[in-house]
Amino acid sequence: MEKIKNMSKFTRTNIECYGMVLLAFVILLPLQNAGLISYSIAGQLVPICTYIVMAVSLNLTVGFLGELSLGHAGFMSVGAFSGVIAVACLKNTVAPDWTKLLVAIIVGGILAGVAGLIVGVPVIRLRGDYLAIVTLAFGEIIKNIINCLYVGVDKNGLHFSMTSADELGLVDASPVLKGPQGATGIPKISTFTSGVLLILFTLFVVLNLINSKTGRAVTAIRDNRIAAESVGINITRYKLTAFVISAILAGMAGALYAMNFSSIAARKFDFNTSILVLVFVVLGGMGNIPGTIVATTLLYMLPELLRQFADYRMLIYAVVLIVVMVATNSERIKLFADKIKARFSREEDITDAAGKGGGTK
Amino acid sequence: MSKDKMVPVPSNAIVPERDINKIPILETHHLGIDFGGLKAVDEFSITVGRTEISGLIGPNGAGKTTVFNLLTNVYQPTRGTILLDGKSTAKKSTAQINKMGIARTFQNIRLFSNMSVIDNVRVGLHNSTNQSLAASLTRLFGYKTSERKSLEEAMELLSFFHMDDMANRQAGSLPYGAQRRLEIARALATRPGIILLDEPAAGMNPSETAELMENIRRIRDNFNIAVMLIEHDMNLVMNICEGICVLDHGKVIAKGSPDEIRSNPKVIEAYLGKKKGGVEGGEE
Amino acid sequence: MTFISNLINGISLGSVYAIIALGYTMVYGIAKMLNFAHGDVIMVGAYMAFCAMSYLSLPPIAAILLAMAVCTVLGIVIEALAYKPLRKASSLAVLITAIGVSYLLQNIALLIWGSAPKSFNSVVGFDSISLFDGRLIITSETVVTVIACIVIMLGLTLFTKKTKIGKGMRAVSEDKDAAELMGINVNVTISVTFAIGSALAAIAGVLLCSAYPTLMPTTGSMPGIKAFTAAVFGGIGSIPGAMLGGILLGLIEIFSKAYISTALSDAIVFAVLIVVLLVRPTGILGKKIAEKV
Repeated sequence: MEKIKNMSKFTRTNIECYGMVLLAFVILLPLQNAGLISYSIAGQLVPICTYIVMAVSLNLTVGFLGELSLGHAGFMSVGAFSGVIAVACLKNTVAPDWTKLLVAIIVGGILAGVAGLIVGVPVIRLRGDYLAIVTLAFGEIIKNIINCLYVGVDKNGLHFSMTSADELGLVDASPVLKGPQGATGIPKISTFTSGVLLILFTLFVVLNLINSKTGRAVTAIRDNRIAAESVGINITRYKLTAFVISAILAGMAGALYAMNFSSIAARKFDFNTSILVLVFVVLGGMGNIPGTIVATTLLYMLPELLRQFADYRMLIYAVVLIVVMVATNSERIKLFADKIKARFSREEDITDAAGKGGGTK
Repeated sequence: MSKDKMVPVPSNAIVPERDINKIPILETHHLGIDFGGLKAVDEFSITVGRTEISGLIGPNGAGKTTVFNLLTNVYQPTRGTILLDGKSTAKKSTAQINKMGIARTFQNIRLFSNMSVIDNVRVGLHNSTNQSLAASLTRLFGYKTSERKSLEEAMELLSFFHMDDMANRQAGSLPYGAQRRLEIARALATRPGIILLDEPAAGMNPSETAELMENIRRIRDNFNIAVMLIEHDMNLVMNICEGICVLDHGKVIAKGSPDEIRSNPKVIEAYLGKKKGGVEGGEE
Repeated sequence: MTFISNLINGISLGSVYAIIALGYTMVYGIAKMLNFAHGDVIMVGAYMAFCAMSYLSLPPIAAILLAMAVCTVLGIVIEALAYKPLRKASSLAVLITAIGVSYLLQNIALLIWGSAPKSFNSVVGFDSISLFDGRLIITSETVVTVIACIVIMLGLTLFTKKTKIGKGMRAVSEDKDAAELMGINVNVTISVTFAIGSALAAIAGVLLCSAYPTLMPTTGSMPGIKAFTAAVFGGIGSIPGAMLGGILLGLIEIFSKAYISTALSDAIVFAVLIVVLLVRPTGILGKKIAEKV
């Protein structure tokens, strides 16, 4: 215990994150293989992995870059559908499932990254809540476009149409993406193991980034843009870097998610999904990666655990959300908690307390 | 620590004698900016020697901080030129100007308050840290070397200000004086040719001010750079500044050595009001 | 003639957006928060009017007044319970709480009224106006909506310019702390703002459902998001901006449905928003905010 205290904060966060994920994996995988996990929970494993990746990547934008994004599901959507199309292109090859999944995830990541760049380049220099509004708009635009998009693959290659499936002119093949119906006939090749690997990859990228020159620049911009500029940091470049990396990871998560279902539609990735991920981030703690992982898991499972309350479960979810937010942020409750804390640990270091006080902005 | 004699250079300005044979670190010619119809700064022309400690003084609202904002292109000048080490800074961003050699502090302290003290300085070392994005993401490609180097250099700067023991504290939790020192350390980390200090002694008690004066001289002597400061503490200004420029209503009303400034009637008038009016002086 | 009819439809839809956007913009201007539950207050207002007319057989005017009263109280209660404790918290925390409130309202509505859509009877009693031998028909809902929007707009402008509490609202939106030092009760001002915004939401809900008569617990979400964009479009915090933004948004939506693509109309609306923000980062009538260094 003493040893952990002495380690730098960075190493401790790393051990917590990787350890937590690996531990869950080591416990859950044999249980799943032995069929000891209930069907409904087993079905949730890949989605939970997906949402952890989503939340950790969104935390990069919201927690470390300090910009609000309300369209993270848009990048997930881009990743999901481009991944599905990529796999459809590989349909007739003999490649094993895991390579197909890998290709889907990589293609999903790249295209989501491109989308991030397209959204980010013009907007990222604006100040205030504009990124939030533009990402919201972007999410809606993506949903709308995919709802009108028909895509098919045959021996002549890829075919696109914005009007109908017939217009694709497919030879001996059925369309992959059918407008409002979404994608159907997706091979279900995502596994719990691949989900955990993607989480580990995400943690590797995000944790390394925040403890590097790039990460310090990004955090500095969040803390004080003008000061960051004054010490020679190119604001646009670093904001864009963080934003695009976050989009790439969301795209990868989207591809993983899509490959877990036989069919999926664009409305799955709407504003509510973006908000859901944002809730995970805020309750897990801005800039707190281990917290985000725990919060995502718990909150994702909460409606599942409340299943016995049937109709009331989303109501309870809403109440829990409000109560938690008010309880953790209210001035009065904070004062009350501090008083109680002070009573129990009078000898606590004064400098430590001062440190906490200075933390709030 | 003795002051050199101030000697004139061709452009009708004066710099310390030791800097006379080198290009001035900073020159401005007829610099000005308008806000709406108001000429906030006008005809601002100065020359700063490479190792000069200079002061920019004037009553509240005279446009001193605006001059700093012009020099760092936080505001785009309406007219005039700025030459930094002989090169024009026109059309450069604030970040680029910092890379060219101007670092600054702010009147209302601007730290990265949620980051540690050492990381604040390491952000200042940003452009001298040789680490690619690939290295940042993978912890390979020379990541370890560059991180260690930036850590060591940051520690060195902190120890220069006797702040080694605070390295891992959160910047926002530091006492006021230490925050001011940290801001200077961070600015120095960018390896500037000139550092602009905006009211570095504001809110300090006499002993802290004395320490600050000592530090300013040490900065000049150790890093061999120029220091320009805005300050209301006349004791500090008269003690350490070699050249002083007095601003009133956006215009330079006097330039010269501390002795010249002290006895300049225009300066006295700007600070205390006209004698014969009597009203302004009498009310205080 | 189709052009004129589209124009009129656009203005009509835009007027509804404008009334909703006024609620967003006033709350943002004064409490500096994005009240994402605003769209759901619209839904509550519509359900209230629906119940009053269907179950209590009240006349439309009484139904609207009842809906306004309920929503006003609802707005004040939401503010007091969920937002007031977070006055000093980060804006993100308030945003998440607002989302929680939005879920809560939707799910309460779901429990009470079920997920099946209710068919809303128009509150407007008179017939549509037929012009040019029936080639141009202006529905009675359109007339009422546009008139309501103009009246509300003028009323609000007068209210904020002339009345004491309205002036207080403007002061609080400029500088909360300074207003408090000048003796303005900030808490009361914010409550009044929520009350007005919510009452307007009730009117918007009734008008919206008169024109598009399907009522579900999620009815308010999309118009809410669009009205929020309208508020940003016009310059958030500005009352005429919300009005202008709402009308423009309605026009863009109707025209892209008519001339480009029905399915892509939302995408076009949001794309125009992005372009406007790139050209005028603070919206059409927004004030430029200078940052002091």
